Amino acid sequence: MTRRFILGTVAHRLAILVYIIFALFPLYWLLKVSVTPNDLLYSEGVRMWPSRAGLEHYIFVLEHSDFPKFFKNSVIVSASTAFIVTILASLAGYALSRFTFRGKYWIVVLMLLTQMFPLVMLVAPIFKMLSPLGLTNSLGGLILVYVAFNVPFATFLMQSFFDGIPKDLEEAAMIDGATRFRAFRQIILPLTLPGIAATLGFVFTAAWSELLFALMLISGADASTFPVGLLSFVSKFSVDFGQMMAAGVMALIPACLFFLLIQRYLVQGLTAGAVKG
Amino acid sequence: MASIDITDIRKNYGAIPVLHGVDLTIRDGEFVVLVGPSGCGKSTLLRMIAGLEDITAGEIQIGGIRVNDLQPKDRDIAMVFQSYALYPHMTVAGNMSYSLRLRRAAKQVIAGKVASAAAILGLDTLLERRPRALSGGQRQRVAMGRAIVRAPKAFLFDEPLSNLDARLRETMRGEIKRLHQSLGATSIYVTHDQIEAMTLADRIVAMNAGLVQQVGSPLDLYDRPANLFVAGFIGSPAMNMLGGTYRAADAAFVAHDNSVVPLGRAYGCADGAAVTLGIRPEHVVVGGAGGHVTAPVDLVEPTGFGTILHLRALGTDLKAFTLERKTAQVGETTSVALPPDRLHLFDAAGSRLS
Repeated sequence: MTRRFILGTVAHRLAILVYIIFALFPLYWLLKVSVTPNDLLYSEGVRMWPSRAGLEHYIFVLEHSDFPKFFKNSVIVSASTAFIVTILASLAGYALSRFTFRGKYWIVVLMLLTQMFPLVMLVAPIFKMLSPLGLTNSLGGLILVYVAFNVPFATFLMQSFFDGIPKDLEEAAMIDGATRFRAFRQIILPLTLPGIAATLGFVFTAAWSELLFALMLISGADASTFPVGLLSFVSKFSVDFGQMMAAGVMALIPACLFFLLIQRYLVQGLTAGAVKG
Repeated sequence: MASIDITDIRKNYGAIPVLHGVDLTIRDGEFVVLVGPSGCGKSTLLRMIAGLEDITAGEIQIGGIRVNDLQPKDRDIAMVFQSYALYPHMTVAGNMSYSLRLRRAAKQVIAGKVASAAAILGLDTLLERRPRALSGGQRQRVAMGRAIVRAPKAFLFDEPLSNLDARLRETMRGEIKRLHQSLGATSIYVTHDQIEAMTLADRIVAMNAGLVQQVGSPLDLYDRPANLFVAGFIGSPAMNMLGGTYRAADAAFVAHDNSVVPLGRAYGCADGAAVTLGIRPEHVVVGGAGGHVTAPVDLVEPTGFGTILHLRALGTDLKAFTLERKTAQVGETTSVALPPDRLHLFDAAGSRLS
């Protein structure tokens, strides 16, 4: 029994290890290439670590490219999108979870419908609509499009979190003397923090890595986000792999920081003890 | 404290009527229990009083003020939920003081009220804990504490004990009654447990299928049930119900197996009418002289407290309850008497005959 137990544990850990290596290896390769000097990039063959490592690509990217600007644009677009979507999705999700109102069914159907179209199909019409409004080539336009595309899914996500919180709680708060909105703010929202964190994280990463719309709606470097900016390392005759990878590593930082901040809420089961159990 | 007046209250969910017009007056300081099987509309009625359900038609007044269109927060009532509904991110003290904080009471006032409520409920040492670190009984107490920190016009209880185990339920039942005696608060208590209803209530409102079946003191409902539903619902083991006909000539009940039970007096009922005869198991006299019929014993259920005998008599399974332990054996035949002053007679529609 103990022997089988040990064997099982070892196999289990091994499987996890293999998975982690599989998932993280591309990131490792990104890091490795980013510190490999240009002269060693093609001359050393496939090696796990270059014989000489340096930060020259990072310095070049930070000082001689538009990358800091792309980075700033991406932060603005992704953070704004994440916050706006989360606020809208919380309110809409709460309404879908708690209220019955005329047309509810059709609103849900419409929201589902928006998720069915391939984005490529929608690029042209959206460009056509945004262009006369002066919203192409602007971060505002990009935020608007991202918000529109992320709200439906985020709403369903938030709705499921609200569904998991007993209705009794806000009814008790309302009897205690709170308005419905106050009960929502003081009782329900604090309990939905894990859900809000998950939604924020999901929308942030979606906006952070979005390429198609950013590429189509933005043409100048002033309003480019970093996924578009990464393409600028690809020129007609060569690809600057070192600089591209260095930019990529730096682009990972905000996403990592963001998840570090919210992971406390992601793992917390706050509703324990609310009702009988 | 305040009285509560309910006038012709109706509730529909879509096209489905749940309450068909309920009239009820609850006096200041009274403890009223709404009792009935699940789906009878008792919880809906309570939630309408609390303001958690819309009122389809009719009027509710609390303390003489029409509250139909008032938000729950403006009705000044407190409610204890079946699930307790404690705020999980607040401590016990935070849970109990939430209503006072919403009313912007002074800090010292809040602390004083929470401390005195905690003392009454024995929660003094738990004030800094979160709900998840409490046992079921303690959570239940916090839910009660949340209600008593402010002196509301009325307390509403929605099956507050049904999530507790039997032993704890008995203890908490006593505590609720003691609490009511000391606070004298107008209380409405919803339960499906007829023992809770009997022990707690000043008056019981028995409900079924969205209609009030009978309103009265617990013993009123027990001794003079207005109809078959109340007769069958109140009391455990349940009342024996025998089908048969009324014989006017000698004021007797004739069972389906043609055995005759003298009723002792004439009832307002036509000769030969189909009636139901009811008698509580504890009123059936087993053994001894002067029995109406003899009956074989089918089953013996000792409860420790007494014994329940199942007898094959009067064309049915007749239950008899006695406090004695030394009773008949299965297969034995014994004499059975139904004392006339203990009998209840109901007409074909189920209403009590006088």
